[in-house]
Amino acid sequence: MPRTPAAAKADDLLAPLTLVVGDEELRVGRAVSEVLAAARRDDPQADVRDLVAAEVLPGDLPQLLGPSLFAERRVLVLRAAQDLDKAVVADLVDYAADPPDAVSVVLCHAGGAKGKALLTTFKGARRVDAPKMTKVGERRDFLRAELRSTGRQVSESAVTVLLDAVGNDLRELCSAASQLLSDTEGPVDDEVVGRYYRGRADLSGFAVADKAVEGDLAGALELVRYGAATGLAPVLVTSALAGSLRSIAQVASAGSGPAHAVASALGMPPWKVDKTRKQSRAWRPEGLSQALQAVAHADADVKGGAADQQYAVERALMAVVAARGAGR
Amino acid sequence: MSVWEDLVGQGRAVAQLGEAAADARAVLEGSTARGAMTHAWLFTGPPGSGRSLAARAFAAALQCLDLAGPAGCGHCEACHQVLVGTHPDVAQVVPEGLSLGVEEAREIITRASRRPLRGRWQVTLIEDADRMTEQANNAVLKTVEEPPEHSVLLICAPSSEDLLPTIRSRCRLVGLVTPSGAEVAEVLVRRDGVDPAMAAFAARASQGHVGRARRLATDEEARRERRDVLALPRSLGTVATALAAAKDLVDAAKEESDRRTGARDAVERSSLETALGAGATGKGVTGSVRGGAGALKELEKRQRSRGTRTSRDALDRALVDLAAFYRDVLVVQLGTASDLVHGDLGEQAAVIARATTAEATLRRLDAVLACRAAVDANVAPLLAVEALALALRDA
Ligand SMILES: [Zn+2]
Repeated sequence: MPRTPAAAKADDLLAPLTLVVGDEELRVGRAVSEVLAAARRDDPQADVRDLVAAEVLPGDLPQLLGPSLFAERRVLVLRAAQDLDKAVVADLVDYAADPPDAVSVVLCHAGGAKGKALLTTFKGARRVDAPKMTKVGERRDFLRAELRSTGRQVSESAVTVLLDAVGNDLRELCSAASQLLSDTEGPVDDEVVGRYYRGRADLSGFAVADKAVEGDLAGALELVRYGAATGLAPVLVTSALAGSLRSIAQVASAGSGPAHAVASALGMPPWKVDKTRKQSRAWRPEGLSQALQAVAHADADVKGGAADQQYAVERALMAVVAARGAGR
Repeated sequence: MSVWEDLVGQGRAVAQLGEAAADARAVLEGSTARGAMTHAWLFTGPPGSGRSLAARAFAAALQCLDLAGPAGCGHCEACHQVLVGTHPDVAQVVPEGLSLGVEEAREIITRASRRPLRGRWQVTLIEDADRMTEQANNAVLKTVEEPPEHSVLLICAPSSEDLLPTIRSRCRLVGLVTPSGAEVAEVLVRRDGVDPAMAAFAARASQGHVGRARRLATDEEARRERRDVLALPRSLGTVATALAAAKDLVDAAKEESDRRTGARDAVERSSLETALGAGATGKGVTGSVRGGAGALKELEKRQRSRGTRTSRDALDRALVDLAAFYRDVLVVQLGTASDLVHGDLGEQAAVIARATTAEATLRRLDAVLACRAAVDANVAPLLAVEALALALRDA
């Protein structure tokens, strides 16, 4: 057991040892940047090394962390620290027992079972948790904080609409939020977000999909032909169709509880649960199965460069409408 | 430990390459060579057989400086540098996206024509050459037709069919084979200190893919992801459970590939940001470099395309596991006396075998293969696997 200095304080960015635990890329990235920024505030010439742990060999660390000719601040970041060689961990233990001045080591550990001993060994170190955000609520909190960080007024429904339009990837949410903030002015509500995203091509893919799953073949064909003339890519239609059918399957199997309960169980906004419920009434499992397989076929045709992609999409729309009401 | 040590079950290829490396020394010394050495090599073999490993070992043997022993000592400076990827006269080209285009191919050719800094060979190793576009093939062809004196081109691909016939016919072929389960297990025990029972399990479950076997034997997460993948056949009760199982399978494959690329992505990003002086003044940085945002975008694009490829590979791996499971079911149904690939799931295979017919199992195997083709054709992964789960349910 190393002699760990009294448990490091969370706000001591330049602690000799920081553990960043978790695999949410964006949060890990921010935790590391904080340390680097603090080091550079302290010493603009700070020497920063950023390495993949598995590539560090026994004996490298004493070289990287040992006494330096220059009185400069140093930061060593080791990524995927769960893969550290045992002998390198031993070097780290020596380091932590008697850390030289002005040196900070950041260990990024993915947080899984692998290399867990490392976390116990250095349990006195400064620790930043950065686990994947698996719950809708967590992503919502993150996005809300992100949007409000600039002091703008942001309504709760705006957060919902944005989450729904962008999806689950934290980095994408983050860049969508900053894009939205820089392109709009004043309070951000669902109308502003809706207006901002309405111009996006994939929304018209969703419009086509809605018509198809609601059984309006003529309407769907009309939209998709109009879309083809205005540059709506066929893949956006197949992916929107898959999305709609998937939602119907989820909502149909979620039972008839209150919409908000189903919404939070499925990670879907309540208005979408209501809409999908209406659509799902005409669907049976066998029909859904046929329709999804037809859409997968069309997706392959479209991406495999079928001679007539437009035809592949139209055929999928016909198959979806035909499958509606089938089964039982 | 010689550079050939890592090649599992490849005795014939090792003998061929060893002889070529010895001959290459004779060429450099100006003594009589026996024609075992040539400028262009094609390494073929199934995934996991160690194509690029063999090519790298050969590159090391060509640069090896321990002239007293057989080429490829594994401990001299040159061998070490080749193996860790820092030798100045060995370039390894890994197509990170879904294809290797003509731009990259031109870089390869320019490099191959340079004089070797250390005075031996200028080696260029192209991994996954099956991802070369036709134009890239044609660009490389020129180097293969008129090789610069000291250049050696090592091309790796699953099969020789993956290259233009004109290139193929000018390359000497090194055929790697799928190592036997016993050979894979042996190396896991010897090299990685894996417990023999675990090694035997991992060797069989990986079907001769050495890297995969090593991951299964040493990484609990990899074993958990495999179990998630193989849970799919038991989750086909309703359309809803089949769709949920499809999502679980895609997520498991995604997790595996994320774990494999995440750390590298972060390092690349942070070192580029440092180089660009992102909001700071590190050593040697004089303010923000012009076009910095463009470079970051470029990096993100490259990482995304590498991520797509890695996750597609992981998904393909999962589908191979799934195909093997239905093959196990068929083995039980036909009463063939062969070992099950997924021996630990024999009970589940037996249950499904009793409840269905061999015809249905064959239809399911076809569905898995169709799904692999769909993923390869760039169909959205979740959609492809959903269609598979539903087809398995219908079969
Ligand atoms: Zn050597």
